[in-house]
Amino acid sequence: MEDFLNAFALISNFVLVPAIAYGSQLALGALGVTLVFAILRFSNFAHGDTMAFGTMVTILVTWWFQSMGISLGPLPTALLALPFGIAACAAFLLISDRLVYRFYRQQRADPVIYLIASVGLMFVTNGFVRFIIGPDDQRFADGERFIIRAREFKQMTGMAEGITIKVSQGITVVTMIIVVAALFWFLNKTRAGKSMRAYSDNEDLALLSGINPDRVVAITWILAAALATIAGTLYGLDKSYKPFTYFQLLLPIFAAAIVGGLGNPLGAIAGGFVIAFSEIFVTYAYKKFASYALPEEWATGGLLQLLSTDYKFAVSFMILLLVLLFKPTGIFRGTGV
Amino acid sequence: MKGIFRHVFFFGIMVGLIVLVGQMQSWNLALSILNLCLISSIMALGVNMQWGYAGLFNVGVMGFAALGGLAAMLISMPPVHEALAVGGKGVFFGLLILVATIAVCVFLYRKIAFPPLRMLLVIVVSIVGYFLLRSVLDPATVAIEKVNPAATGYLGGFGLPIILSWPVGGILAGAAAWLVGKITLGLRTDYLAIATLGISEIIVAVLKHEDWLTRGVKNVTGLPRPVPYEVNLQKADWFLELAARFGMDPVTFSSIFVKLCYGLLFAVVLLIVLYLSEKALRSPWGRMMRAIRDNEVSASAMGKNIKARHLQVFILGSIVVGIAGAMLTTLDGQLTPTAYQPLRFTFLIWVMVIVGGSGNNWGAVLGGFVIWFFWIEAEPLGLWLMDVLTSGLDTDSALRLHLLESAAHMRLMTMGLILLLTLRFSPRGLLPERR
Repeated sequence: MEDFLNAFALISNFVLVPAIAYGSQLALGALGVTLVFAILRFSNFAHGDTMAFGTMVTILVTWWFQSMGISLGPLPTALLALPFGIAACAAFLLISDRLVYRFYRQQRADPVIYLIASVGLMFVTNGFVRFIIGPDDQRFADGERFIIRAREFKQMTGMAEGITIKVSQGITVVTMIIVVAALFWFLNKTRAGKSMRAYSDNEDLALLSGINPDRVVAITWILAAALATIAGTLYGLDKSYKPFTYFQLLLPIFAAAIVGGLGNPLGAIAGGFVIAFSEIFVTYAYKKFASYALPEEWATGGLLQLLSTDYKFAVSFMILLLVLLFKPTGIFRGTGV
Repeated sequence: MKGIFRHVFFFGIMVGLIVLVGQMQSWNLALSILNLCLISSIMALGVNMQWGYAGLFNVGVMGFAALGGLAAMLISMPPVHEALAVGGKGVFFGLLILVATIAVCVFLYRKIAFPPLRMLLVIVVSIVGYFLLRSVLDPATVAIEKVNPAATGYLGGFGLPIILSWPVGGILAGAAAWLVGKITLGLRTDYLAIATLGISEIIVAVLKHEDWLTRGVKNVTGLPRPVPYEVNLQKADWFLELAARFGMDPVTFSSIFVKLCYGLLFAVVLLIVLYLSEKALRSPWGRMMRAIRDNEVSASAMGKNIKARHLQVFILGSIVVGIAGAMLTTLDGQLTPTAYQPLRFTFLIWVMVIVGGSGNNWGAVLGGFVIWFFWIEAEPLGLWLMDVLTSGLDTDSALRLHLLESAAHMRLMTMGLILLLTLRFSPRGLLPERR
């Protein structure tokens, strides 16, 4: 029994807790991609770098607050700076929509043209971010670091294995729940949200019933900016901020959105957790877990790792391929095949 | 005639620019720019087949080029006998198990009609196969990596002439393209783009981390060359005579001579690929491809198999990219997995195709030349510009140092802007497709 509890604590510490936090971040990122897809009907390759941009502004404002001595006590100051990041990111996306995408919308261009334009925008954003903050790692987390330390947990329970929960992980999950609740309330209850869903379901019918398309598109970009900035900041607080990492996040985020069904918000959340859990489950080394969970005679010398962490992107890719092979519409039926 | 005039005009300017670099900076630099222009043009031709002929968006050019690079290394390097002795068998059986597992899975999937049972069996077989593979492959790779890790620590290659690797690189890239295309073509264009992005990241991750195959980040250096070495040339009598006849220093002349040899080889490949692409584009096959690109529904109504044709052209384009990737590694003389960056290998090629003129082979070639030329020359230009712009600031002011340091990132932004501007204001490129 003792061994069983220890094995469970070990798994919670190294797999469940990190996967829940990572899944929340992916879910928020995938929600942004899926919203843009539902309304504008293209996969936004610039989303990863939009996250990097919003996070960059948040970091800069955080540093400014820190230099002025403003802080949130035990919570990271970045939370206070978040609204500024969102505002700047929204402005950035609205300007880029005005300069780039609006033209193609008026032309009723092919979706693939949007795709190429978004790749172009991705590199402009990427260059801009690197130009301002540099390509290196940046640290901006402050406040308390842990909710529960492994040592305290061990003292409390008297077990051999402890569970560590970082403040950033706690904040990630709480923020994710709040943001998702607010988003669904907005989409289902408000007039603007309903017009968005109508536009997504049937563009022509929505236009006929007097919905202003420019307004719908603008709201979409603002929501995408908010989701991207929040996801990026939470990821940066939890791990670290490096512009290139955000470009690499694009693959798991797309995979999450497609697994759930592109264009379906509920699917994006589910997809985020599917990807995060599979990634961490597959790349975790089960050696110590096996020492608790299995009889001693079965012990082996290996790490018992299914896949080295170097290939964590391969996990999201494999899942993506499997979904495309067997159920291209995703778990929750999305709009696009 | 206006079209021909345009072609001659732009290519004339390009030749002039390279000659200018030769005169102003050095002929050595001009020739190394020219060689990379030639390779870039071939890559752009490959992407042009996919995008220009068929409207397929491939975001994984980097991965296919990296497979070409891998082929160059595997074909040319001498085998490491010690490593083969300790791990060769393990790797061989590992690959055998991999192939067998996939074959059994496909067989089961095709033969069993009852879906739940089918899924269960496929999952069980693939899990068993994976663990078998790991149990055979892992000890072998560990043993291989232990063999003199500072110098080898990998299996080596086949020790064949490196030129052979060019077609082999094409085949490897084509196989990867088949895998991705088979699954994603026929679905939305977005899915192909995302899947190619994924496979290119994974290919580069494999090159970086599988030390037994590629030595990973330790790089494989000193690939054999298809052309003579400078040192040997400087000792040869006929070469010294030739240098004396041109009145040039043998050391400088030898490096120019080597670059010229490379240039000749690359030009031959470029001309072959260009000839074949032009022939294909003007054939009934090319007209069919364009018909499919311009209106899939009506082409399908005429009885054309859209998915099969897309798969075909996607594989062909990737083969060309793979060949160019092998050529690039041949020119570098080393396999550097960390050098494969999406900006340099995917995005830049795309800018070449769009700026040059998608759908027009000559446009892709021109785009390869123009964009590569400015990519190289933009760095000194950007630094100089930043230096002039910030000359009003103190020499050690933080802002000035930051701006000078970041000048390199401006290239990213500039290329992105060029792509967006071309796409918006001149979507048909410098040399538009003839209609």
